[in-house]
Amino acid sequence: MDAVSQLQRQFVEYTTSLYREGYLDDQFTQLQKLQDESNPDFVVEVVTLFFEDSEKLLNNLTTALQQENIDYKQVDAHVHQFKGSSSSIGAQRVKNVCVVFRNYCDEKNLDGCVLCLQQAKNEYILIRNKLEALFNLEQQILQAGGSVPMMA
Amino acid sequence: MDSTSSSTVGMKEVKEEERPHVLVVDDSLIDRKIMEKLFTNSACKVTTAESGQKALELLGQGDNKHTNINNHQGPKINLVVTDYCMPGMTGYDLLKKVKESSDISEIPVIVVSSENVPTRIEKCLEEGAQEFILKPLKQSDVKKLRCHMQFTRALKGRLCLGR
Repeated sequence: MDAVSQLQRQFVEYTTSLYREGYLDDQFTQLQKLQDESNPDFVVEVVTLFFEDSEKLLNNLTTALQQENIDYKQVDAHVHQFKGSSSSIGAQRVKNVCVVFRNYCDEKNLDGCVLCLQQAKNEYILIRNKLEALFNLEQQILQAGGSVPMMA
Repeated sequence: MDSTSSSTVGMKEVKEEERPHVLVVDDSLIDRKIMEKLFTNSACKVTTAESGQKALELLGQGDNKHTNINNHQGPKINLVVTDYCMPGMTGYDLLKKVKESSDISEIPVIVVSSENVPTRIEKCLEEGAQEFILKPLKQSDVKKLRCHMQFTRALKGRLCLGR
C-alpha cells in the first residue's frame, strides 16, 4: 500500500472512531459538506474560531466561579454560549457536559458547577487535540498528493 | 442588455442582482459564519448582523440612514433569519419591531433557537414569524427556506392575492 492510501486509511479510521466514541456528531459532517473549492479551509476556520471562543469562555467561567458572590445567571450565560458553539461544530461531548452544567447553574449548585467546569475543560482539550490530529492527517494526505476522503 | 451574466461559467449561474438577499442575525460569530455559508451555498446573497439593533439599522429602521441596505435603489432584503437568544434585543424583540414597522413588515422572518420550548415557538409564530427552526441548521433546512424567498419576490408587483 502506498503512502497516500495508507494515510487515507488512517484518516478514515480515525474519523470513524471519533464518531463512534461520541466526540463528534452529525453536525461536524454537515460542516464538512459545506466546504468547497470556493472555501477550501472552511472547516478549519470555523473550528479555529471555536477554539478561540472556548478558551475565552473557559477562562470567564473559571473567574466567575471564583467570585465571593457567584452570579449564576452570568455563569449560565457563558455555559449557554459554550453549549451553542460546541453544538454548532458537532463537539458532542463538550455539548453534553454543558447541558449538565446548565442544570447545576439553575440549582445554584457550586460543587456541581465546579465539577462540570473541570469536565468541560477536559473534554475541550480532548476534542481540540483530536481535531488538530485530524487536520494534521489531512495536510499530510494533501502534501503527499492525495485527496482527503469524503466521509458519508 | 445585461452583458455581465452571459456565457462562461456554470449551468446554475444566477445573476448577481437576482439572488435572494438574506439578513442573518446572531450574536455568535461561529453561527454567523456557518449560516452565511449555508445560505451562499444555496445561491443567496448574505449580510450578517451581530445584534438586533444592528439588524434594524441595516433594515433602515435605525437613526443612521447611511447603513440602510434595504432601500429601493440598492439590494432589498428578502428574508431575515434571527437567533432567538441574544443579549439586549432578543430575536423575538427584533421580530416584533419588523412586524410592527410601517415599511418592512412583509419581510419574512425566521426565528432559530437551540432550545425547543413550545411556548417560545408559539409566541414567535403568533407574532408573525414565518417559521421557527431548531439549531444547528442543516443544508436541508436552508433549501426548504428558499421557497419563502422566491414567493415573496415573485408576488411583488404581480398578483394581489391578499394575505
